[in-house]
Amino acid sequence: MTSTTSELRTRAGEAGYSGAIPFRGKGLVAAYAGITALVLALLMVFGLLMKTSQAGVITIPANRFYQLLTAHGIGMVAISGLGGAAVMWFFLSRYVSLSPAILAANLVCFLIGVVLVLGAIFIGGFAAGWTFLFPLPAHSQGVWSVGAAASYLIGVLVVGVGFLLLFLDTGRAIISKYGSLGRALGWPQAFSNTTEPPPPPTVVASTVVTIINIPAIAVGAVILTMSLVNAYAPGFRVNALLAKNLIYFFGHVFINSTIYMAVIGVYEILPTFTGRPWKSSKPFLIAWTATMLMVLAVYPHHLFMDYANPLWASVLGQVLSYTSSLPVLAVTAAATLANVYRSGMKWNLSAGLLFAAVMGWSVGVIPAVLDGTIAINRVMHNTLWVPGHFHTYLLLGVVAMLFGFMYFLGLSTGATDSGLDRAGFWMYVVGSLAFASAFLAAGAMSVPRRWAVHLEPWLALDKLGALCALIVVAGATVFVVKFLGRVRAISA
Amino acid sequence: MEQTVAVFVSATLGVFLLIIFAGVARSVTRTASAEDVAKSAARWRKTVLWTLVLLFVPAIGYSLTKLPYSRGPASADVVIEATGNQWAWVVTPDTVPAGKVVEIRVTGADVNHGFGLYDANNRLITQTQAMPGFTNVIHHTFSTPGTYRILCLEYCGLGHHTMFSQIVVSSAP
Repeated sequence: MTSTTSELRTRAGEAGYSGAIPFRGKGLVAAYAGITALVLALLMVFGLLMKTSQAGVITIPANRFYQLLTAHGIGMVAISGLGGAAVMWFFLSRYVSLSPAILAANLVCFLIGVVLVLGAIFIGGFAAGWTFLFPLPAHSQGVWSVGAAASYLIGVLVVGVGFLLLFLDTGRAIISKYGSLGRALGWPQAFSNTTEPPPPPTVVASTVVTIINIPAIAVGAVILTMSLVNAYAPGFRVNALLAKNLIYFFGHVFINSTIYMAVIGVYEILPTFTGRPWKSSKPFLIAWTATMLMVLAVYPHHLFMDYANPLWASVLGQVLSYTSSLPVLAVTAAATLANVYRSGMKWNLSAGLLFAAVMGWSVGVIPAVLDGTIAINRVMHNTLWVPGHFHTYLLLGVVAMLFGFMYFLGLSTGATDSGLDRAGFWMYVVGSLAFASAFLAAGAMSVPRRWAVHLEPWLALDKLGALCALIVVAGATVFVVKFLGRVRAISA
Repeated sequence: MEQTVAVFVSATLGVFLLIIFAGVARSVTRTASAEDVAKSAARWRKTVLWTLVLLFVPAIGYSLTKLPYSRGPASADVVIEATGNQWAWVVTPDTVPAGKVVEIRVTGADVNHGFGLYDANNRLITQTQAMPGFTNVIHHTFSTPGTYRILCLEYCGLGHHTMFSQIVVSSAP
């Protein structure tokens, strides 16, 4: 992974970093990325502590374990959203006129929400898991108060409001430039023979993210509000199955959108190193429209074991779980490989992390699709198979994309990769693969997820997982420390 | 069986993908024209797409014949009522004979729980959610006598990991 400073700096400049976005926006993107780096490091340490405790190496009391679990889950979802938003805003602002004030408002909402959520968890003892499954927030058996539940629910709601503002602004800006969301998705080019040039990949992906997140956040706000009312007025009850449907629609769409935001970094950054522009080909445009429709309808695969859910919803969830993998494997992965293959590029940390991220996303799809098979889900649901597959495409997917973006930003400061960076890369990539594999193996052994205390036969894999987690945290620490050292120069 | 299939498929295809990505990562020391690579990639994309479709159609079709959901009233020999509470299971009766069709009626008294049924080798054999306001029904025939454990598979608060119970399967009469 070597390249000269001037080459890399030139490429970063050519990619639109220098002067291509409003001054306030530049500082805000750097702030977003800096906060993302810090929070990722903190939450990874939470994960390491949990795994080490499950392995029996350290002892964390059950109440504290479940607090860490809740913070790790909701924190990772939220920070993946924040980091993804930084990537999307940074590149989308090259094509449409976005509002830095809205970007700032989202950050303010995020920080207010984080204070409320952290207070709820670590002061109020709230530990209902990030999915806050109704009616658990109001039924803690005295472990946490109604006030703590309210602080958590309001905190998540405030974070959601910020993101809603952001996506309303991206929608406004995209429609202003392209005339309609359909044109920004490239429908004329995908479904007719127009000679008009298609929208750039970044615009297409951002449009999908905008379209899917607005209803997802609105639905999330509905169930958060209903849970809040229930906490104070227990007589107000919600159908538990309806509540699950609302929660998983919101959660599934939002977490998937973080990958779609972060992958914009792959579309924009990899070509600056390979010299091969990422084109909005017809398959690319069709794949994104298909992805948009499928991600909105596939969430029932989280509810296969809720036998009361309609059969048609479960069958739809399985079929769409399979078909959802096609755009990832046949379009994104194939295009990434084609972009890099015999390109003559010189590897660097940014390119390496982005490339590894597409690999992680692709590899993680396989156990996810299998888990999306009802007959297999029957013996895998809520075992460690589930964190096994989502850590593959989140830890080695979206988070690797975010770190790749951070290294790209660093290039504009003249920074180059050191031996320590390269060591961090290998620790992170190999450690993440091994860590996820330990989870998957434990899932295949039927180890349940979200258990504070593990049984003796499960400890060997826990110890292996804890060792791998330690290696991942060490690699990530290199990335975070390096990036934080560059934030001031980036935002200048 | 399902666990073995999942591990085998994930490991095989996962390693296959890792090899492809590693090979492409190493290929950058050589150069080829972007147009040639794009044409070749388009062909590969079609091949990959149709291969996956051809694999998916029978996989989906076959697996949908193995749904765990009960279809209408079954002629169960024994009915077990299982209720999840924070943080204990109430299972009545907790002893059944082997070889009989057992209907397990699962619900949650307070919050969502997960009824996970484990065999004597600590392997999960079936599960359903225990939801307040709903009764989910499992039909299962225990072919082997022994002690089958019930673990909670839906996070339900502080005592989630302490929710153990069991069903004892006696020899067929």
